[in-house]
Amino acid sequence: MTLSLATSLVERAGRVAAVAAAHADDVDAGARFPREAVDAMIAERLLSIQVPEVLGGEGADLSEIAEVCALIGQKCAAAAMVFAMHHIKLSSLVSHGMDSEWHAGFMRRIAAEQLLLGSATTEGGIGGNLRNSICAIEVADGRCRLVKDATVISYGAEADAILITSRAHPDAASTDQVMTVFTKDQYRLEHTQGWDTLGMRGTCSDGFLFTGEAPAAQILPKPFAEIAAQSMLATCHLLWSAVWYGIAVDAVARAQAFVRAAARKSPGTPPPGALRLAEAVNLLQLVKASTLSGLREYEVAKADPERLSSMGFAVAMNNVKIAASETILSIVNQAMLICGILGYKNGTPYSLGRHLRDAHSAQLMISNDRILANTSNLLLVHRQDTSLTG
Amino acid sequence: MQKTIRDILARHGGLSVPVDQLADDGDLYAAGLSSFASVQVMLAVEEAFDVEFPDSLLNRKSFQSIAAIARTVGSLVGNAEAAA
Repeated sequence: MTLSLATSLVERAGRVAAVAAAHADDVDAGARFPREAVDAMIAERLLSIQVPEVLGGEGADLSEIAEVCALIGQKCAAAAMVFAMHHIKLSSLVSHGMDSEWHAGFMRRIAAEQLLLGSATTEGGIGGNLRNSICAIEVADGRCRLVKDATVISYGAEADAILITSRAHPDAASTDQVMTVFTKDQYRLEHTQGWDTLGMRGTCSDGFLFTGEAPAAQILPKPFAEIAAQSMLATCHLLWSAVWYGIAVDAVARAQAFVRAAARKSPGTPPPGALRLAEAVNLLQLVKASTLSGLREYEVAKADPERLSSMGFAVAMNNVKIAASETILSIVNQAMLICGILGYKNGTPYSLGRHLRDAHSAQLMISNDRILANTSNLLLVHRQDTSLTG
Repeated sequence: MQKTIRDILARHGGLSVPVDQLADDGDLYAAGLSSFASVQVMLAVEEAFDVEFPDSLLNRKSFQSIAAIARTVGSLVGNAEAAA
């Protein structure tokens, strides 16, 4: 992207963030889909910025998408998370679907019609490990059929298409998976579970029994293991971290406003909470630095499938996720201590309840324990890069 | 070497098909090799052949099949002999 385009991207994201802000409390209270914010994304054509220019998009890189996630995340984390999850799915199409006629055509449709992509990687009985499937896709006469007990499909009822994982065929091992695109007219969703949660209430991550049938050409032509390693792992951890960074930025902004208001009332006396604010800003910078270094590492590695599949890269991305998800909790808590009862109460300019509840989802969206177990396994053979700048 | 690799896969691979039914160039991931098990296989291979995989070889491709593992180990053993 050119610099002017990048500038206008920030302006467009700012307009979406303003809409998201106006409805954030209502979305949270009602655990409802952030329809106004997503309509604003559609109006600003943000759902297709990642689609390559030859297919009608803008060819935005992951850092630009992460910036949009962080900007919207400061106002409504649920809306930002919907945007992030859409682009995580889109990254799999861009990375692995360019050579497939159907998927290239579908990306054109995403750009032309601003289609919202959902994801169905979770399944009842797999214990949270998305690299396993129980259900299997069946291919016959050029058509594929799939039934999946998808215990979580975020904004499933609102998505225009769903990218769904399954075993590659009825005799395949549980780890031998594919991912298939089904458009809304090709599947039926039977609601099985609601989404009444502590935070991130607007993602509406309900459970559904998915039943779909489509042309077999809609199966992505790469094993899901490669898709997961080469696009999903990195985009997931980086875009989620960008959303979480947004939550923390706004919590710190509120705490800073609180401290400044106190300082103005009694100039010359250091306001209570000033030191805590300095500590919170320090932690915020750590999250930013870690996320940025992950984004840089991804931009360098993205043209090289070998590097994207390497252990060092997986360890680095896992670490970005762990760092952001744990640190934002400390930051929001610190902000709450600064703002005191006005932070604890809803409906004040310093309210932090929604931030705190939304932030708590971060450690659980792919459990940190699972990620640490994965990293610790890799560290049995992977040796750390000991250089500072490499 | 293939025999040792097959023994290791039988013990640590967690495959969904018996190892003796696998071709040398059969895809181990399609046969159910998980990322966790692949690390256990790497460790056992390092121990069995007294080699250490450099990071550049710690990827999916090096462990895609029995033949690929043999090539990976072969390149390391060859290097060690060349260096000795």
